[in-house]
Amino acid sequence: MHPAISVIFFTVVSGAGYGLMALVTLSMLFKIDGGLDHDQVLVSGTLAMILITIGLMSSSLHLANPKNAWRSMSRFRTSWLSREAVLAVSFYPMAALWLLQWYLDSSMSNVVTLVLTFLLFAGSIAVNFATGMLYASLKTIPQWNTSLVPANYIMLGLMLGSLLLTLLRLYYGLPIDQMLIINIGLIATAGILKIMYYFWIGKPHGPSINTATAFTRATVRLFDVGHTSGTFLTDEFGYQVARFKILLLRWVVYLAAFLIPGTLLAYNLEFDSLMVLLVLAFIGVFVERWLFFAEARHVVTLYHGNQRV
Amino acid sequence: MRLGLVIDLDVCVGCNACTVSCKQWNTSGTTGPLTDYMPYGKDPSGVWFNRIRNYEIGDYPNNKTVHFPMSCMHCEDAACVTVCPTGASYKRKEDGIVLVDQDKCMGCNYCSWACPYGARELDREDGTMKKCTLCVDRIYDQSLDPIDRQPSCVITCPAHARHFGDFDDPNSNVNKLVRERGGNALMPELGYNPTNMYLPPRAVKNEPALEKESLISKVKDWVNKSVAR
Ligand code: SF4
Ligand code: SF4
Ligand code: SF4
Repeated sequence: MHPAISVIFFTVVSGAGYGLMALVTLSMLFKIDGGLDHDQVLVSGTLAMILITIGLMSSSLHLANPKNAWRSMSRFRTSWLSREAVLAVSFYPMAALWLLQWYLDSSMSNVVTLVLTFLLFAGSIAVNFATGMLYASLKTIPQWNTSLVPANYIMLGLMLGSLLLTLLRLYYGLPIDQMLIINIGLIATAGILKIMYYFWIGKPHGPSINTATAFTRATVRLFDVGHTSGTFLTDEFGYQVARFKILLLRWVVYLAAFLIPGTLLAYNLEFDSLMVLLVLAFIGVFVERWLFFAEARHVVTLYHGNQRV
Repeated sequence: MRLGLVIDLDVCVGCNACTVSCKQWNTSGTTGPLTDYMPYGKDPSGVWFNRIRNYEIGDYPNNKTVHFPMSCMHCEDAACVTVCPTGASYKRKEDGIVLVDQDKCMGCNYCSWACPYGARELDREDGTMKKCTLCVDRIYDQSLDPIDRQPSCVITCPAHARHFGDFDDPNSNVNKLVRERGGNALMPELGYNPTNMYLPPRAVKNEPALEKESLISKVKDWVNKSVAR
């Protein structure tokens, strides 16, 4: 699949924004490392919403006819893309109300705040789940058609969000002992899920050129693809990367997103060094998302001569 | 009704008459135009509803070239419709035709990802998704002669490789063909239940590729050579 930069940027940045919101609400619900005070909640909640908004704006760049984007919430009964849109949009009034509560000096003993905190936590997980399901629900792309995909999207969002929250806490000079454990736990889980995913997609396990052409008892070879230059289909689905490059980039993902941040977090960190780790983790997840698209093989490529997907 | 096409891979000669007539009819039709990008440039490209690819089936000497036209299969379980977030893609209850409402589409490409058969192409100029309409603006047109109330590609095909009919009627021309010739659906394992069916080439005995040298063939060769001189 063609790795569209606008979509990669959207899923990583918005995903991290929802992850940050999930961790902020979680740390308020369970008083992780003592929670945050009003101003700190306002700042970190607003930061999450800024990340989410930048990402969503980038995703609209991917639309060829954005003036109809408002219609995208109408088919939530069948379409995961529509569900994602509904969840993402309904997140805004909830978040606004919640931030207003903190602005008005609320506390977690206020029932409305408590309920809103919980709803925001569930909502932020739900959006990242919907993003993952949007890909996982496609039977046409075997590398995406697995429950590991939504799990990956949720965990990577939480991982980046938790690193962001730890950074914010360091900035405010708050304790980060419990946060560090959460950080390392999330990095380990996300990393293991990603390794499982790479094993899962290792062997072609989808349809073949034989079932695609219904000649199941003979070899089938492409003779002539029928067009002289690129078409929409080859532009969108014909993307191919060299095996060597894939393996190299996977190591970038392992090291930058998981191994280096996971190991170095165990040492006593300053704000600056954690900042570097956070940038590194973001780079790792960007590469991970690029690979997610570049490695996916759509069944239509069978008609363009691929023997297997 | 469940309208669709049967495509006879035995007789299709790959002449592309259907693809061109499809383009010609539909570019001024309900989902037209079928925009061309730089038609006279170095890399001409554009939107097509129907494309032909060519395959070699089997290994020499038991091989055969097969020309393979593909347009929308008007699937029974069309995921392209259910994934569409705007409701622009829809499947008609009355005849099963899958269409894209050009006024609602936001050009997100998601439906083209969900289609296994490459039937959907984004028009970069209009920003909307386009696809085979089964010539919905022809097949019901009362002002045409009944024989002309068929898709443009079907009427055009000089080899009669394309047949149009109702798959819900067990005795329709298309169902008879599928029964008699053992028609196949493409990629049935994905569960889209495509309506269009493909008839496999008829079994033929292979003629030996090389003729034995005989007296007559030697004389023929000699005559041919001297004529060529
Ligand atoms: S062939 Fe593709 S576009 Fe046509 S109905 Fe089936 S899934 Fe949809
Ligand atoms: S490109 Fe248009 S028709 Fe296709 S899913 Fe998006 S809005 Fe629906
Ligand atoms: S049925 Fe009509 S729109 Fe579909 S391929 Fe044939 S000519 Fe084109």
